[in-house]
Amino acid sequence: MPTVAMKVNGASVSHDIPDNTLLVSFLRETMGLTGTHVGCDTSQCGACIVHVNGDSIKSCSILAAQLDGADVTTIEGIANGDELHPMQQAFHENHGLQCGFCTPGMVMSAIELVEKSKNLSEREIREGLEGNICRCTGYHNIVKSVQDAATKMGG
Amino acid sequence: MPEGTVNQGIGASVRRKEDKRFLTGKGRYTDDINRAGQLFAYFVRSPVAHATIKSIKTDKAAAVAGVAAIYTGADVANDGIGGLINGWAVTNRDGSAMHEPPHPILAKDKVRYVGDHVAMVVADSLEKAMSAGELVDVVYDQLPPVIDLASAADNATIHDGMDNNTYFDWELGDEAATQAALSSAARVITTTLRNNRLVPNAMEPRAAVAEYDEIADSYVLHSTTQNPHLLRLVICAFVLGIPESKMQIIAPDVGGGFGSKIYLYAEEACCTWASKKLRKPVKWTADRTQAFLSDAHGRDHINKVQMALDKNNRIIGLRVDTLANLGGYLSAFSVATPTYLHGTLLSGCYDIPAIYTNVKGMATTTAPVDAYRGAGRPEATFIVERTMDIAAREIGMDPAEFRRLNFIPNDAFPYQTAVALQYDIGDYEPTLDKALEMIDYKGFESRRAEAMKRGKYRGIGLSSYIEACGIAPSAVVGALGGRVGLYESAVVRVDPTGTISVFTGTHSHGQGHDTTFAQIVNERLGVPLDSVEIVHGDTNRIQFGMGTYGSRSLAVGGTAISKAIDKVIAKGKIIAAHMLEADDADIEFKDGKFIVAGTDREKSFGEIALSAYVPHNFPHDRLEPGLEETAFYDPANFTYPAGTHIAEVEVDATTGVVEVVDWACCDDFGNLINPMVVLGQVHGGIGQGVGQALLENAHYDESGQLLTASYMDYCMPRADNLPSMKVDHLVTACTHNDLGVKGCGEAGAIASPPALINAVVNALLPLGVTDITMPATPEKVWRAIQDAQTKAAE
Ligand code: FES
Ligand code: FES
Repeated sequence: MPTVAMKVNGASVSHDIPDNTLLVSFLRETMGLTGTHVGCDTSQCGACIVHVNGDSIKSCSILAAQLDGADVTTIEGIANGDELHPMQQAFHENHGLQCGFCTPGMVMSAIELVEKSKNLSEREIREGLEGNICRCTGYHNIVKSVQDAATKMGG
Repeated sequence: MPEGTVNQGIGASVRRKEDKRFLTGKGRYTDDINRAGQLFAYFVRSPVAHATIKSIKTDKAAAVAGVAAIYTGADVANDGIGGLINGWAVTNRDGSAMHEPPHPILAKDKVRYVGDHVAMVVADSLEKAMSAGELVDVVYDQLPPVIDLASAADNATIHDGMDNNTYFDWELGDEAATQAALSSAARVITTTLRNNRLVPNAMEPRAAVAEYDEIADSYVLHSTTQNPHLLRLVICAFVLGIPESKMQIIAPDVGGGFGSKIYLYAEEACCTWASKKLRKPVKWTADRTQAFLSDAHGRDHINKVQMALDKNNRIIGLRVDTLANLGGYLSAFSVATPTYLHGTLLSGCYDIPAIYTNVKGMATTTAPVDAYRGAGRPEATFIVERTMDIAAREIGMDPAEFRRLNFIPNDAFPYQTAVALQYDIGDYEPTLDKALEMIDYKGFESRRAEAMKRGKYRGIGLSSYIEACGIAPSAVVGALGGRVGLYESAVVRVDPTGTISVFTGTHSHGQGHDTTFAQIVNERLGVPLDSVEIVHGDTNRIQFGMGTYGSRSLAVGGTAISKAIDKVIAKGKIIAAHMLEADDADIEFKDGKFIVAGTDREKSFGEIALSAYVPHNFPHDRLEPGLEETAFYDPANFTYPAGTHIAEVEVDATTGVVEVVDWACCDDFGNLINPMVVLGQVHGGIGQGVGQALLENAHYDESGQLLTASYMDYCMPRADNLPSMKVDHLVTACTHNDLGVKGCGEAGAIASPPALINAVVNALLPLGVTDITMPATPEKVWRAIQDAQTKAAE
C-alpha cells in the first residue's frame, strides 16, 4: 500500500491506500468528504468533479496515487467559512439546483469555467458544462446561475 | 403580514432552505452512510434475456477471502421469502382476472431479462464481492427472447400459464358509440404512434444500507426511496414477514427519483434479509450500468389511433388501441400506468363525446417498465397532441385554431369526459393565447423564411396538455383496482417556544418541500420560515404517509398540512378563550394573534404555544395540554393542471441535427406557493421531455441485450441540448383543496415530447416528411428526409 500525501481543501493529509484507489473513493471513503458524488461508471456525468491544482477533473477517472503532492479542492473547500463562494451563492439565488446530487460537480465545473474564460456567452456556458449531467433542472437555472456568478466573479 | 417584514408566505419566490447543505457538500445521501463492520452486497445478474437456470455453483466464489455469504433463489425459497408485488389489478375485457405471475427477489428457476437478479454475494469489501461474483457459476438453458413488442403475443411464453404473453387486456370507454362516430365521420384520421422506452436516470443511483439489531430484533433500512412508509408496508407484510413496528425506513436526501424510486426493489429486500442472517449491516449501491439494467424503465407503447371529425372539424370520436410493454415482471404500479393513468387522459383538453381504448399489457424479456415522470399521462398526451397536429394538417387548418375549436369551453366545467374523469375547472384558451404570444406565433413564417436563407428548416409545434395529478380519492382508486389508499397525512407540532415541526408523509427528492411547506405554515400561522422544520423520510418520526409521485405532494400532502394547521388554530382559540376569559366563539385568529373580536384583548401565537405546555388552570375537562395536531386528507378528486407548450426548432437537413431554438409555455397549476420552485419543476420536466423526443432511447437488441446501458450509449440531455425557456402561468384555482393548488412536477415532461415532434415535422413538411418516431435523432431525421425525397422523386 503506497502512502499518498496531498493537500485537500488546504490541509495536508497522508494515507496508506491500495494503489488502485480512485481519487473519488479516497475523498469519499478515506477522507469522509461525501460531497463529491458518483453518478456513473463511465466518466460521463461529472457528479465527481473536483479541482486538482486548479483544474477541474473527474475524480472517478484518476487514481489517488497519481496525485502525490497535489493540491485538491472539493465542494467542501470552496466556501469561506460561513460565506458561500459566489458560485454557490449564485446557484442558491437562481434556483440552480433541485435534488442537489449533481450540484457539487456542477459548481466545481462552473467555477473553473468562469475563472478561465471571460465574457462567456450563453452558448459558451452551455458548451462549457457539457461534461456534467443534471436530470432535475433542465439546465435553465444552472445557466442563469453561472451567468450571475460570472458577473459577481468579474468573469 | 406585519409591516416591514419580508413576505415568506404563499406566492413568494423564497430561496430554498435546503440549498445550503447541497451546495456545501453536506447533503446526506444513502451512499454517504456507512456503518462499522458493514458488509457489501453485489448482485450476480442474468447475462441472457430468457433462460431456465440449470444449476448455480457457488463453492469457488464462497472460497474467496472476505466473502461472508452467497445467496441464491433456493435460499430465498427455503426461508419462505415472498416476492415483489403488483400494487394494482385490473380486470380483462371479458371480465376475467388479469395475470399476476410471481416475482421472486432472486430468480430461482428462470430468468426473464438481462439484469434479472440471480445471486447475492456479500463480502467485507465491494471489490471482493464483485470478484467473487465473477466466480459464481450459473448454467443457463437459453429460451427464445421476446423483445419486439408488436409481435410479443406470438412468441415464446415468458410466464407459465399466461396466454399470449398478455398480463391483461383492458378497456375503457364506450366502444359502440366510438365505432358509430368513426363510421358516421366526415373524416377519420388514422395513425400509429410509438412511445419510446426510457430509463429514468435519477443522478443518484439506487442504494440501500440495511442494519439488523439483534437485541431489539428490529431493522433500520436507509434507502433511496420516494415513499418510505409504502416501502415498509410492502417489505414487511409481503416480502420478509417482519412486523412493521420492527422496521424503520429512512430515506435521507434522495438525488432524484422521477418514478424509478417509488417501488420496492429486490436489492433492498435482499440486503435487509441478509443483514439478519449475517448479523451485520449490509450495504449496496448501484453503479450506473446496474441502474440501466434494473431500475424500472418508462413508457414503451405502440398505439393505433383513429380520430373521427365531423364536417365542421369537430372531433366526435377517438379510438386508441395500445400495446404496452411491461417487461419480464409486473413492477408495483406498472398496471396502473398504461390503464387508469393513461386511458383516462385520452380526452386531453378537448370536448370529445365518444372515446374507447383497449390496452394490452404485454410481457417481454426486458426490464420491468413502470411509472416514469408523468406516468401514463405523457403517453396519452403524445397520442392526443400528435393526432391533433396530423388532423389539423389533413384538414388544412392552423393547429392552434384547430385546438381552440375543440377545447372544452370554460363555461362547461365541471366537465365529465368520456373516459371517467371529471375535470373540476380549467380555462384553456387563455393559456394557448399567452403561449402563442410569448413565442410570437404570428411572426413565425418570417423566422422560417429567414432560417431558410441560412439553409435551416425551421418548424414550430404546439401541445395543449392536461394531466390528472394528486392521484385520488382512495375510494375511487380502490374501486379501480388500486391496492393502496392515496390520502396523505401531516402532523403539525407547535413547541412551547412557538417553533414548529411539520411531519409529512410525502418525500422530497428535489422538489423543495423544506421551503414550500414551511411557506404554508408561515402564511397560516405567521411564524417565520426559520422557525419551521419540515420532517420527512423517516418512518419512525412520521406517523404514516404515501410518499411523493404523481405531483401529489402539495395538492394532497400540502392540504393535509393545511388541515392540521386548521386544527392547531381551532385549539389555539380555545386556549385563548380560556386565557382571555372569553367565549370560544368570540376568538378570531388574525396576523398571528388570537383576538377577542371587536376588542383589543389578544394573545400572540407564542403566548398560546407556551400556555399549551404550561397549562396552569386549564379546565382539563374540556382542554388537553399540548399543541400538536394530526390530519389525514383524502382528496375528493384529482387535480387537473393544463396548459400549452410551444417548441421552435431548426433542422439541418444535411446532418439531420435538430436544434431547439426557442420554447414558450403557459401553464395553469392553480395557485402557486413558490413560483421560483414551480418554474424550476417545469424546466426540469421540459428537459426530460426534450430528452425523450430527441435523444433518449432504451434499446434492446434481438437477443435481449440492452445496448444502451451506459452514458456512452444512452444519450442524456446536456446543457447544450436545451434552450432557455420562457415559462409563464395563469391561474384557475383547484376547486376542491384548501390551497387551490394542482401540481406542476410532471407538466413539462408531459407537454414537451409532442410539441417537439410536431415542431420537427412542421419543419420538414416542405421536404415531404409527415412523421418521425421518437427519439428524432440526427440519423433518423436524415433518413426520413432521404426517404421522403426518394418517394417524391418516384
Ligand atoms: S462519477 Fe465521475 S463522471 Fe460520473
Ligand atoms: S439537481 Fe438533481 S441532478 Fe441536478
